[in-house]
Amino acid sequence: MFAPQIILAAIVNGLLTGAVYALVSVALTLVYGVLHIINFAHGAILTAAMFAAFFASQAGIDPLIAMFGLAPLFFVLGYAAQRFVISPASHGSDSNVLMVTLGISIVIENVLLVAFGSDTRTIDTPYGFSTIDVGFLFLPMPRVIAFGAASVVALLLWALLTKSDTGKAIRAVAKEQLGAALVGIDVVHIYAVTFGVGAACLAVAACVLLPSYYVHPQVGDAYVLVAFTVVVLGGMGSVPGAVIGGLAVGVVESLSGLYFGESLGQLGIFLIFILVLLLRPTGLFGARA
Amino acid sequence: MKSPLRAYAPIFAAVAALAGIPLATSANTVLNSLALALLMALAGQGWNILGGYAGQISFGHAVFFGTGAFATAILQSRFGVNAYLAFACAIALGAAVGALIGYLSFRAGLRGSYFALVTLAFAEVFRIIANASSFTGGAAGTLLKLDARAANFQFASRAIFVWIAVGLVGIALIGTRMIERSRFGAYLVAIRENEDAARALGIDTLKLKVQAITLSAGITAAAGAFYVQYFLFVDANIAFGTWISIEALLTPIIGGLGTTMGPLVGALALQVLAQATKAVAGRAPGADVALYGALLVAAIAFAPAGLQGLAARFKRGLAT
Repeated sequence: MFAPQIILAAIVNGLLTGAVYALVSVALTLVYGVLHIINFAHGAILTAAMFAAFFASQAGIDPLIAMFGLAPLFFVLGYAAQRFVISPASHGSDSNVLMVTLGISIVIENVLLVAFGSDTRTIDTPYGFSTIDVGFLFLPMPRVIAFGAASVVALLLWALLTKSDTGKAIRAVAKEQLGAALVGIDVVHIYAVTFGVGAACLAVAACVLLPSYYVHPQVGDAYVLVAFTVVVLGGMGSVPGAVIGGLAVGVVESLSGLYFGESLGQLGIFLIFILVLLLRPTGLFGARA
Repeated sequence: MKSPLRAYAPIFAAVAALAGIPLATSANTVLNSLALALLMALAGQGWNILGGYAGQISFGHAVFFGTGAFATAILQSRFGVNAYLAFACAIALGAAVGALIGYLSFRAGLRGSYFALVTLAFAEVFRIIANASSFTGGAAGTLLKLDARAANFQFASRAIFVWIAVGLVGIALIGTRMIERSRFGAYLVAIRENEDAARALGIDTLKLKVQAITLSAGITAAAGAFYVQYFLFVDANIAFGTWISIEALLTPIIGGLGTTMGPLVGALALQVLAQATKAVAGRAPGADVALYGALLVAAIAFAPAGLQGLAARFKRGLAT
């Protein structure tokens, strides 16, 4: 058995990682909840955003500053991708959406590969290796920042969805697409806005990940499967579920890494995923079946 | 329903044409691409029974491909089992894994995206375990000893591999056509179109879906086992990687979902596309794949019902 301090440290570290999982998952669950599609390009968009943040950092802009430029940029890119590529190309069929987003992810990943090679890149930031002493353990600074940024984004998203007219329209489309269209909501526009918001969340996630992580053309894939788990755990389409699910998955990964070793650490995630699906497919906080 | 002759004639024609290719050329690149295309067609034919006919979209057919691949590799390398017997065991084991996963997921009532995601998770669990366990060779994978004798299911000539692959694909094609014409096939289509209505009519949907996934898994496992015989190597990321799950579902969707010939047409088209983009894009790593992805999006934009659907549209256009 491990000492309580070690277990506690693993839990806190898990929560810090989990916040980034939550951020990536919120984007995925939002797109699923509104568009009812599984976005296979999710990981590739995250990868693209990490490359953008990487080159911003090479140009002397700290990722945490670049975030304020990249988030709007990725909103526009996401909006355009949904409105002008995914939606027209898929003819409203779910399996076609799957193929189109898969095709887009293949394009993004391989264009990055052609342009930048398959090297693993990291950046140096002044706070990259600094830590915060909270008495019983040291917290790595970049991950504390990531936790903070993820919390802020989650709050902003909650405010957007509950307080603004656009948020109301998004929720209306998620619940009843036809009804929303009948009361004058531009469904195609809302779809694209939702996709854009999802991409912007990924841009933020990329900027907070980069100081403590590395980037290469397939880096996003690792996060996609975790994000799927989180989304299922929290209930598909449920934003609060994705936040809590993300934190829970972070803790589970950290603890199973502690007990089963690093290479089997992710096993815990997928076993939970399968058990939740088999026993309670609406998720722990599921909004609907 | 078409007469038996008209129903099976296209299959025999396709098999004969494919079997003729190694006679016409001995170029290694052609035969290698053909063998790969047939391998993907076989994996896709397995997927098509479950995804195309029964409408249960799986993202994790790698789990069956990988089970077949590792079963045949481990039985031969660790237990010295005869290659042909190992091949048969691999198919049986793949089918058993399919039955188990199918029973668990379908009994839990998983449908649509939920079923797709649970298959993806099963594939990942298998991949992580195979990557960490010494039984499967861990990250280094499992190697088969090169000993090119017919008794070992190894051949120096690629042409023979192509003929075997053509044979396997042919068997799967005939089987699929038989299912299509049978009551079993009609039940599967009923489940795809409206599962609740099918159950209301007294169809045991759970049993039928489990039968469909068992058959589907067995065929895809055969593709995995063939992969090992052909390359004599397998590791966790090849066997259980997402690439094979994606290829298995791409081939029928590109060729025509829920049609007998769909996976074969799709696999050949994708292979031609991959080779063509490689030729155009040259040697820059990734350029050909990027082009492939772009063409995939374009193909779906302009041929949403698959290549066969596109052909049918042209035919209708000409007829009227």
